Amino acid sequence: MIVARPKSFEEIIRLIQNYKKVAVLGCGGCVTVRSIGGQKQAEELASLLRLWAKRQGKDVVVTEATLTRQCEPEFVESINDRANDWEVVISLACGVGVQCLAERFPRIKVLPGVDTIFMGATIEPGLYWERCVGCGECIVGETGGFCPVARCAKSLMNGPCGGSQGGRCEVSPDTPCVWQLIYERMEQLGMGEELDVIRPPKDWSVRPQRMIMEHLRKVDSRQ
Amino acid sequence: MPRKNPHSLETPTLEAPVNLTAGSHFERLLKQGKFVVTAELGPPKGAERAVVEKKAHLLKGYVDAVNITDCQTSVVRMSSIASAQILLEMGIEPIVQMTCRDRNRIALQADLLGAWALGMKNVLCLTGDHPKFGDHPGAKPVFDLDSIQLLQMLKTMREEKKMLSGTPLEGAPSFFLGAAENPFADPFPFRARRLAKKITAGAEFIQTQIVYNVDKFVQWMEEVRQKGLHKKAFILAGVAPLKSAGMAKYMKKNVPGMEVPDAIISRLEKKNSKAEGIEICLGIVEKLRQIEGLSGIHIMAVEWEEVVAQLVEKAGLLPRPASVGG
Repeated sequence: MIVARPKSFEEIIRLIQNYKKVAVLGCGGCVTVRSIGGQKQAEELASLLRLWAKRQGKDVVVTEATLTRQCEPEFVESINDRANDWEVVISLACGVGVQCLAERFPRIKVLPGVDTIFMGATIEPGLYWERCVGCGECIVGETGGFCPVARCAKSLMNGPCGGSQGGRCEVSPDTPCVWQLIYERMEQLGMGEELDVIRPPKDWSVRPQRMIMEHLRKVDSRQ
Repeated sequence: MPRKNPHSLETPTLEAPVNLTAGSHFERLLKQGKFVVTAELGPPKGAERAVVEKKAHLLKGYVDAVNITDCQTSVVRMSSIASAQILLEMGIEPIVQMTCRDRNRIALQADLLGAWALGMKNVLCLTGDHPKFGDHPGAKPVFDLDSIQLLQMLKTMREEKKMLSGTPLEGAPSFFLGAAENPFADPFPFRARRLAKKITAGAEFIQTQIVYNVDKFVQWMEEVRQKGLHKKAFILAGVAPLKSAGMAKYMKKNVPGMEVPDAIISRLEKKNSKAEGIEICLGIVEKLRQIEGLSGIHIMAVEWEEVVAQLVEKAGLLPRPASVGG
């Protein structure tokens, strides 16, 4: 799940203050689950902007819409007809969704309404925590199911470092030391000896990454 | 006139021949079984060469080699290699500290090839503190390698004369490699095992985190001996005098992986002076010297370099063995 946090209203105002035709676009994907950028939030932001424009005596037309997912071209196509009326779009999707809109509508100024922060999980209601950085080389099968790339402040391959104390990371007492978790789990699984093996440097490779699934491409070309 | 290769300047030792990796004075003393003393020098937060010289003068003759920190606690300071060059010019043997915090594998290799060309022979390989603790907390943390991978890379350069990529080297560095270990970090049962990993990766000497809790250190050394690690690497215990009860409490509370027993704090509360801090440190050194398998001490009195001479003298560790080429 991609986790984002809303930008402040002041920042959004600063970004759109010189425009007269504004659209707020929610996304029905990840950000809806987190109650950050779905239909409800798009309607709320649009209402606030209308109120602000009225108070400022500005003649601004604010529309809102929510796409099933902003990261899929077919859903983005669904707003083609309306897009001609907009000067600026505030996307409440993650950074992926924002860029899909910007690529599809080069003549419209596309602005992010949220800051995308990580791929993570719901630990408890209202508490989300980063779990994956999409590094392209998953090793959690060898680290007890915990990812040191995403969850160690130094992304250590041969941890824990000297700053692990009482199960906490030196960077923040609120953060568990993932290498302590790895150690405990590996011992519990009877795999402790694997931690004595030196892990080689990681292949950080080239970004941006892309993935091709040939069988799906063939299906597409037949259509 | 072309400059001579700095590694050829050495005068041969008269002592029994030992198998040397880099041929540094520090390495030779350890391999001859001497109880070695090293100290730490923190370069200035600026370009003032005289600061390095002044600090180095305070240590000259009192220690066998001087560790040059690499932007300790992630605060920008003069680079460790540049500072080490100033020490070499003063006839003092440096131990270059190299962290993985600010350099990827390309920069680590490039900088250390240069360090070897300048005549530096000892390198302490560290992962490094997180930038969060320093004066540029927004800096991008690199950590492309960790300390263990850095050791392994340098060992491979030495033994196979190849870069990490496999590219052959035009001249391979043959550093005497060291690592740090914190016996007071968690999980405690894994600390000696992690030390073993560092030794396998290439560490021939180990400098530990500052020891205040001697009992716990003794316990850790027991494990080290059980695994025979004291025979595979030379272990130097970190020591540092406390300046005050306030400093002791601050370190206990704020320095990650630092254990300061309450007995030490209450001793300083009763008699709060630098002299008492030095006495406590001397007591720790005395106890450490009794530990089987310990090869020396490493004095970490950063920004209090003037105390080192006093400490070494009072501990009865003078004179230091003659310095080769120094």
